[in-house]
Amino acid sequence: MKLLTHNMLTSHVKGVTKGYPLLIKATEVKMNEVEFNPQFVSRMIPKLEWSALIQAAEELGHRQDLPGELVPDYEKDEEFLKMVHRVLLEVEVIEGFLQCPESGREFPITRGIPNMLLNEEEA
Amino acid sequence: MTTGFPTPLYSHAGRGDFRDVYEPAEDSFLLIDALEKDAERLQLISPCVCLEVGSGSGVVSAFLASVIGPSALYLCTDVNPAAAQCTAKTASCNNVSLQPVLTSLVDSLLPRLGGKVDVLLFNPPYVVTPSEEVIQLSTAFYLLLMRIVKDIVPFFQVGSRGIEAAWAGGKRGREVTDRFLPLVAQLLSSEGLFYLITIAENDPEEIIHSLCKHGLKGESCLSTRAGNERLSVLRFHRS
Repeated sequence: MKLLTHNMLTSHVKGVTKGYPLLIKATEVKMNEVEFNPQFVSRMIPKLEWSALIQAAEELGHRQDLPGELVPDYEKDEEFLKMVHRVLLEVEVIEGFLQCPESGREFPITRGIPNMLLNEEEA
Repeated sequence: MTTGFPTPLYSHAGRGDFRDVYEPAEDSFLLIDALEKDAERLQLISPCVCLEVGSGSGVVSAFLASVIGPSALYLCTDVNPAAAQCTAKTASCNNVSLQPVLTSLVDSLLPRLGGKVDVLLFNPPYVVTPSEEVIQLSTAFYLLLMRIVKDIVPFFQVGSRGIEAAWAGGKRGREVTDRFLPLVAQLLSSEGLFYLITIAENDPEEIIHSLCKHGLKGESCLSTRAGNERLSVLRFHRS
């Protein structure tokens, strides 16, 4: 599971109103080399919840020099885009779980895939 | 016609670890053909976020990724864990990047994907099968056969998470589609396109009419006959 995917996930346990962002408890994280595509990164940034990305990167110990807030004119800042690219696409959680910040419910991550399925009672 | 994009490799689907994954069939290929036919239009939108609900083997998203290229995020959902893993394998076999999420429809992806999906794909379980109510009634009437029925019934049940989740569509083959349709208007971006596979029994005209009320304009963009089924790809966009 890439942090880009994580940025799009919200806990949907019944009754939960503050289910975002999910906390990440990783037991296995891999770094994968992914071809840098500045256009892709530039276009994804406006769709991200930036603080959730920073929090996730921090949880995994991969925050490095990412700023707490978006820099203006980032489209032209290749160094910045490369940092974002790394955190969004190259850090992968292989095993672990996502945790609902409100209910504590754990969603397992298995072989890189988050399992967001709920039981009948929780939906 | 366009110079043709190759069909993604998918021979791993339907066997070994992926034996419970829906093997690409006429419906999958019809959807692929519809996307190929729309290649120019899709490229013109320059999609950023693509979402396939019920990706199965992942072959359709892999194809879409070959048409649109690596400048987009390709999310794929499925309720079947084997399908989610198979989608990941299909991605790596075809040198594309797909992000599988194990979930029902788009649970947990809203609200974050609200208004952001540029290409939305759904090849739903569309086969007409007994609805859950019918199954419950039948078991009440046939008490002596209950043990046998209990073994057979899950195979036809809407709402399971194994291979039958891939095709069992319940009443009019619409039970799963109908749960998804209200979400389409929430998901689609202003220029977004939604592609849906239907068979005649699903009453595609009614689906078009229904989404029209949500501000979405739809039409059948491609159809074919496969065995007993009259398959169509419906395409929708914001009006």
